[in-house]
Amino acid sequence: MSALRILVPVKRVIDYAVKPRVNKAQTGVETNVKHSMNPFDELSVEESVRIREKKSAPGGVEDICVISAGPPKAQDTLRTAMAMGADRAIHVETKEGEDLEPLSVAKLLKSVVEQQKSNLVILGKQSIDDDANQTGQMLAGLLGWPQATQASKVMFEKEGDAVTVTREVDGGSETVRAKLPMVITTDLRLNEPRYASLPNIMKAKKKPLEKKKLEDFGITAERRLKIVKVTEPPPRQGGGKVDDVDGLVSKLKELGAL
Amino acid sequence: MSAVNPALRKEVISIYKELLNLGKDYPQGYDYFRPRLHRAFMSNAHLKDDDEIRKAIARADFVRKEIEALYYLKRYRTLRKRYDGL
Repeated sequence: MSALRILVPVKRVIDYAVKPRVNKAQTGVETNVKHSMNPFDELSVEESVRIREKKSAPGGVEDICVISAGPPKAQDTLRTAMAMGADRAIHVETKEGEDLEPLSVAKLLKSVVEQQKSNLVILGKQSIDDDANQTGQMLAGLLGWPQATQASKVMFEKEGDAVTVTREVDGGSETVRAKLPMVITTDLRLNEPRYASLPNIMKAKKKPLEKKKLEDFGITAERRLKIVKVTEPPPRQGGGKVDDVDGLVSKLKELGAL
Repeated sequence: MSAVNPALRKEVISIYKELLNLGKDYPQGYDYFRPRLHRAFMSNAHLKDDDEIRKAIARADFVRKEIEALYYLKRYRTLRKRYDGL
C-alpha cells in the first residue's frame, strides 16, 4: 500500500476555558479574548503523529500537513500543531471577522486534498465555537470517500488499505471498516494530546508554512446563513426553601406537580 | 560556582524553562505559578552532589508530567460535561 499523506485541518477558536460574552450589538461574541486550537483538532493532530510514531500504518506516514483557514493569527495555531509533530502547514488567510461556513470549508479542503494528494483526512468532529459538526461529513461527500465520524479508536490492518475505526454512538460503540482514502473525525476519547515541549516549539518555527488565499482555490466567503441575533442563555432561577411538609405540598400544588 | 557539573546545570535550566512555559496556562495564573516555581528551584540551589541534583531534576520532570496531566484532565472534564451531558 502507498504511504499515508495525512491532512489535518485545524481551527483557531476561543479557548475552552474562556466564557464567551455576547457583544453589545448582539451580532456575535467578543473575540478579544484568549484563543487556542480547537480541542478536537488537537486530538486529530495527536492521532496523526501517533500513527507515525507507532508505525501502525503498513505503508508508513509520508507527510502530515496541517491547514487552517482564518485570520493572520491562525498561524499561531498552525505553529502549535507543527510543534506537536506535523511536518508543514498551509495557512489560507481570511480577513478578521470573516467566518467561513462548513460548506465553504469543505469545498476548500476538497481542492487542498486534490492538490496535496492526501489519502487520509483527520478532522475534529466539531469546533467548540460553531458546534456545526458538518465539515468532515460534507468533505467526505464532496470527495466521494468513506467516512468514519466520532472515532474513539483507529486501527490499521497489517497489510492492505483497510482501516478499522471504533466510533462513539449513542449507548455504546460501533466498529466500521473502510479502505483508504477516507475521512476520519475524532471524538474526545481517541487519545491524550501532548503538550508541545520548548525545543519542539523552536523547531516548529523553522518548518515550512505556505500562505494561500481563498481565491487560489476558487472559493468565496459568501454566507448562506445570516446571523439574526445572538443572546446569552437565561440565568438559572434559584431554588426556594420551604419550612415544612405543608409548605412543600402547597408549593407543589401551586406548580401543578400534584 | 566551582564544583557544579556544567551538563547538569544546563539540564536544570532547561527543565526550569520548560516549567515556566507550562506555567503560562496555569489555572491560577502565571503570576501565581512563577514565584512558586522560582522558590522551589531556589530551595535546591545549595545542592552540590551530582546524584542529588539528578534526583531533583527527576522530581522536576515528575512535576512537569503532573502539570501536563492536570491540564489534560481539566480540558477533558470540561468538554465531557459540555458535550456528553455528564
